[in-house]
Amino acid sequence: MTSHAEPTSPNLSFRKRWVPHPLLTLVLVGLWMALVNNYETSGWIFGVLFGLAIPLVTKSIWDSTAKIGSFGSVLIFGLIVAWDVAMANIQVAFLVLFRPSQRLKPAWVTVPLDLRSREGIAVLAGTVTLTPGTVSCDLSADGSSLLVHCLDVRDVDAVVARIKRRYESRLLRIFK
Amino acid sequence: MSPIADYTIAGFIFLGTAFAIVGSIGLVKLPDLMTRLHSPTKATTLGVGALLVASMIFFYMKNGKLAINELLITLFLFLTAPVAAHFIARAYMHLNCEAAEDLPRPSKDCEWSTYQRSYNCDDQTRAPH
Repeated sequence: MTSHAEPTSPNLSFRKRWVPHPLLTLVLVGLWMALVNNYETSGWIFGVLFGLAIPLVTKSIWDSTAKIGSFGSVLIFGLIVAWDVAMANIQVAFLVLFRPSQRLKPAWVTVPLDLRSREGIAVLAGTVTLTPGTVSCDLSADGSSLLVHCLDVRDVDAVVARIKRRYESRLLRIFK
Repeated sequence: MSPIADYTIAGFIFLGTAFAIVGSIGLVKLPDLMTRLHSPTKATTLGVGALLVASMIFFYMKNGKLAINELLITLFLFLTAPVAAHFIARAYMHLNCEAAEDLPRPSKDCEWSTYQRSYNCDDQTRAPH
């Protein structure tokens, strides 16, 4: 679950004060290195500089830190989503090309959420949009269900069950 | 460059353009905004993805160096496509009153976040359940 950032106080440890989000710093350095494609010292210097400066400057935005359960499950989740995105493309391509529009059955679906972490819900909403025949549209005000639009649905419960089983159960393990 | 690389690159470019054009056909053919939203969020991501894979192979064969920039483009595309679709869908729901009436309610005493006014999100979404 998420936690509020403590106000800056003098007894904060050096690490917490200057490197508030180590993972974000790592990601930023990695992004920068990939972006400039230059692995000489100059590239690293700028990468580390940005990696340290950006989390500090944007500290007020990151009021919570996601706790990631295990990185292995992140990798598995990424692979599953990548595979599903490819399948989604083929499926939607078939629907677009070979199904007359009148025979499509679009529907709004409410997906009740067990996921409580904000980051987890954001990832789930993005995943739902990228995968077969579903686009996430809104979150209920209390954060307990997700509004999803389906392109062609025969069985609403099956769609909900699939989203919950395939994505949400894995995200529950990632975002503790 | 070997002919195998040439054919692989050509294959990926063909695949990419095929998906891109299917996405565009969907945009024209599907009946209303919500169904139209499905086709660019999906078909186009794989279309551009395949083109970028072709670009990666081409530059690897040409310079002998792996170009990671293409991976970043794919990553950013995957991050931005759902966000854009999400905002378009919300704008549609709010501009189109009939669409809003068709929406299912999330639960008895609660509304969808953009319909419920003066809601203190910090107090409720983060309360322990």
